[in-house]
Amino acid sequence: MKDMLELLAKRRDDARLGGGEKRIEAQHKRGKLTARERIDLLLDHGSFEEFDMFVQHNCADFGMEKAKIPGDGVVTGWGTINGRIVFVFSKDFTVFGGSLSEAHARKITKIQDMALKARAPIIGLFDAGGARIQEGVAALGGYGEVFKRNVIASGVIPQISVIMGPCAGGDVYSPAMTDFIFMVRDTSYMFVTGPDVVKTVTNEVVTAEELGGAKVHTSKSSIADGAYDHDVEALLQVRRLIDFLPANNVAGAPEWDSFDDPERVDASLDTLVPDNPNKPYDMKELILKVADEGDFFEIQEAFAKNIITGFARIEGRTVGIVANQPMVLAGVLDSDASRKAARFVRFCDAFEIPIVTFEDVPGFLPGTSQEYGGLIKHGAKLLFAYSEATVPLVTVITRKAFGGAYDVMASKHIGGDVNYAWPTAQIAVMGAKGAVEIIFRGSDAEGIAAKTKEYEDRFLSPFVAAERGYIDEVIMPHSTRRRIARALSMLREKQVETPLKKHDNIPL
Amino acid sequence: MFDKILIANRGEIACRVIKTARRMGIKTVAVYSDADRDALHVQMADEAVHIGPAPAAESYLVIDKILEACKQTGAQAVHPGYGFLSEREAFPKALEAAGITFIGPHPAAIAAMGDKIESKKAAAEANVSTVPGYLGVIESPEQAVTIAEEIGFPVMIKASAGGGGKGMRIAHSSAEVADGFARARSEAASSFGDDRVFVEKFITDPRHIEIQVIGDKHGNVIYLGERECSIQRRNQKVIEEAPSPLLDEETRRKMGEQAVALAKAVGYDSAGTVEFVAGQDKSFYFLEMNTRLQVEHPVTEMITGLDLVELMIRVAAGEKLPLAQGDVKLNGWAVESRVYAEDPTRNFLPSIGRLVTYRPPAEGPDGTATVRNDTGVQEGGEIPIFYDPMIAKLVTHAATREEAIESQARALDAFAIEGIRHNIPFLSALMAHPRWRSGNLSTGFIAEEFPEGFSETPPEGDVARIIAAVAAAIDHLLNERKRGISDQMRPGAVQFERERVVLLGAEPHAVTISDEDEATIVAFESGQRLSVSSHWTPGQPVWTGTVGPHVVALQVRPIPNGVHLTHAGAAAAVRVYTKREAELAALMPEKTESGAGKALLCPMPGLVKSIPVKVGQEVKAGEALAVVEAMKMENVLRAERDGTIAKILAKEGESLAVDAVILEFA
Repeated sequence: MKDMLELLAKRRDDARLGGGEKRIEAQHKRGKLTARERIDLLLDHGSFEEFDMFVQHNCADFGMEKAKIPGDGVVTGWGTINGRIVFVFSKDFTVFGGSLSEAHARKITKIQDMALKARAPIIGLFDAGGARIQEGVAALGGYGEVFKRNVIASGVIPQISVIMGPCAGGDVYSPAMTDFIFMVRDTSYMFVTGPDVVKTVTNEVVTAEELGGAKVHTSKSSIADGAYDHDVEALLQVRRLIDFLPANNVAGAPEWDSFDDPERVDASLDTLVPDNPNKPYDMKELILKVADEGDFFEIQEAFAKNIITGFARIEGRTVGIVANQPMVLAGVLDSDASRKAARFVRFCDAFEIPIVTFEDVPGFLPGTSQEYGGLIKHGAKLLFAYSEATVPLVTVITRKAFGGAYDVMASKHIGGDVNYAWPTAQIAVMGAKGAVEIIFRGSDAEGIAAKTKEYEDRFLSPFVAAERGYIDEVIMPHSTRRRIARALSMLREKQVETPLKKHDNIPL
Repeated sequence: MFDKILIANRGEIACRVIKTARRMGIKTVAVYSDADRDALHVQMADEAVHIGPAPAAESYLVIDKILEACKQTGAQAVHPGYGFLSEREAFPKALEAAGITFIGPHPAAIAAMGDKIESKKAAAEANVSTVPGYLGVIESPEQAVTIAEEIGFPVMIKASAGGGGKGMRIAHSSAEVADGFARARSEAASSFGDDRVFVEKFITDPRHIEIQVIGDKHGNVIYLGERECSIQRRNQKVIEEAPSPLLDEETRRKMGEQAVALAKAVGYDSAGTVEFVAGQDKSFYFLEMNTRLQVEHPVTEMITGLDLVELMIRVAAGEKLPLAQGDVKLNGWAVESRVYAEDPTRNFLPSIGRLVTYRPPAEGPDGTATVRNDTGVQEGGEIPIFYDPMIAKLVTHAATREEAIESQARALDAFAIEGIRHNIPFLSALMAHPRWRSGNLSTGFIAEEFPEGFSETPPEGDVARIIAAVAAAIDHLLNERKRGISDQMRPGAVQFERERVVLLGAEPHAVTISDEDEATIVAFESGQRLSVSSHWTPGQPVWTGTVGPHVVALQVRPIPNGVHLTHAGAAAAVRVYTKREAELAALMPEKTESGAGKALLCPMPGLVKSIPVKVGQEVKAGEALAVVEAMKMENVLRAERDGTIAKILAKEGESLAVDAVILEFA
């Protein structure tokens, strides 16, 4: 009996070494941690339970029958983050470069199935060289099995991908179908085809970093939701994100004791909106002053900065924040901003996270590049996402709510539950000058100026909308946190009946 | 007494005057420009009158607009504050003509003291000590030596037409005078085309000491002790104190009596300040007289227990001074720091914008000391580009200089400002400076002690342990909360490791955390145990509490996976890790700040006036790269090192935000 226990201990030790000390050292030299070190950081100390530690591939071609390493390039299992269950798989670059074999894929799908059954989040840590080419089509089959499960689990359990090394070819599509992708600066990249193939096909000369580094994917392509300086920072931030997320689509957002008084008023918000309507202000100040303890986890911070998305808490409970940012392009809605916010709204709705919207939007961005780029369809995504949302929707209009963009931003008409406006709000079809120039076409400059003043006084206020009930209440800026907290408490048991359908047909 | 007065000023001094007036039962009228619509002084006053556009020349400096505001509101008197119209002879004259009382000296006194030469003459006539020298033209080295021997060494030989240090020589002996005279003369001739030179006493390591005086319309003038303002940066006072650590009772009396003699000579009838330059040997010489309330008047108020504004109002109304010289008692020590909206790490460039956070320390008792904060701003307010960037004067008063400084240091640590850059880190560093603490001051202090400018230093010693202990306690508080998150597998079962590694920047401190009643005990490897307790909760910008024997305040700013803490002029990004996390974090590559050093960033919000370099051009350290206009000042941004310009991203005429990339180096 003792021998058998010792044998298990030895086999475990061997398996834990992965590709061996040399490869571990090489991994460290690249500024990266190993698969197991990453899990150590991600999960609560001592909570990790590993599965399939001894799984090996069954490939017999190209001499692979002699190269077998227990675990086969991916470490899988489950554990807890601050006591809450999560499932995890972590690609082991030290074993066959983390490449995906049929056996490797089976380990991942087993964990995916378990996470779905247990209704707990799954986190994938990527650092791998793609399919194991010695296996050929068997590896491709493996990818397909993983993809299918990503889709089945989508909207049921949160799925998070962290790219911590190479992620190319077939490897990219599993992360692409998860809820969030985070990357590590300088050591990770993602692309469908690498620089060599790009050169052959299009003659473009480009580095891996330029093609698919963290900077590109957070600011240009919007593939990634955030980037961090190194592995430790990235994994600790994923722990922070998990604290905001529900375990599944019915569990409801997690809660903890807030140190921050929900009744807290903030007099400085009364001067946030400048007197001059053309002067920008930082909407993030409002978010940070309304949120519990000023804690805000921003999603897609570097992309389409004219809209802000992210998670905060009110009275200790998670809310999704969507806010126009007047500091960037006056907070206008363009294709990128619409897509970014639409995806965020749908995530919140799928996982029963209430949404707070701060609105200061001058309209949709005009121009050929926007129209040719499908602004109608992209704008419709955000309209659609808000309209189909059944979670509590609380909206605060701080300044401009112009034109169709007014309707889009969680207005009363498309399902806003509680819609507030600050006294500085201007709810109108368009700005005064533009409106007057159309209504009084042909008038002289003096006439236009006089009529502009008249239009401003009549329409550029929250009161016309409030008179019609489009706004539930005009509130003092300093009381915004208190108002939102009360509205969310009131809406806690919100129920909406929707007709049975297979699924909707959002304009993709 | 007046029923209503108008304050022809803005900012902290307007608020300061309003406070006293209100206490005296006098109604107040504020005036404001477009930039000050929502300013604190406007809110505090009983009435407010708009006087025009933001530039001072079109509002606060326009006498007619002030007169009009007085007529409109029925104000019977005007307090000018400092700056703006306070020392313009025409202003009291115009008020007088309109039958309005000026709360300040009569115009002739302003005129007499406003002219440098006239005031020196008046001083000499009143037997006030002036810098010894020979103002006539000196013909020969022999004559120069004779004069120098009369004055006493060291002396300075200066070009009459001089400036910028050219043609200036300091001589410590007769031989040096002879030699220096010839050199100064030829240098003066070649630099200015004028070889006339003169000789005056050179004061080594001079100190700036000034006497507060106040007079009434009945011929009484008294002095209220001195203030020392030697801590200056480019002639701008930064820290003031009263009394001066240099003076003894005898010198104080002599200076005071001379100041009173001068004031009496011009019939001075309000609050004024006679400024002296003093040698380390307590010799002192008249510099000039300021015929207004001085910025740093609060330190005098703290040690005399008088309200200078009240006295000014009373004497302006014709009352006699309520006290005589013999009634003036100096009590304890007061220190004042001027809080400016300027970036001390960027050569004190002005900073403008919104005060996202403005939480000054609590006024009132701080142990045995007293904290006073004269301010003109509030959270959510705006620092406009048009006016002086001073946002507050933080004053502490205690029985001794040491206690006043301790209290000042604590108050600075508890002073939270965000949204703009400010000089509090620099003020904190000054408070911690051993030479300042020793009182060994001179007007060259900042230039001598901070020759490379100011940069925040990493914490050391006690300060490092305080920062580490507070970071560990904050981390502990957050972890305990995490243990209570909903939806856990086994509610409350998670345990956090008690052994932690606190990283101050890259420097690790291994600690063990435990709880004891309401306190968190942080035990260091050295065996030192610090008991940390506080009512701080996450989200608050200032942590106050006790760490071991110390009552401390720290500034707290959240950063990814940690906190940025500032205390006693030292700052650190702090991360509290488990041992395992620390071990793995040590394997991580060091990342340099993105783009730092490789790009020229706009140090302040401003307008690009010109970019005198081209792509591909090689530049040397110190070469001008861009000119950015901010606060109506053209700021030349220079290369910090040699390099080649790779990309120019900004355009001339473009408005840039702070940290916008102007150009990149190869």
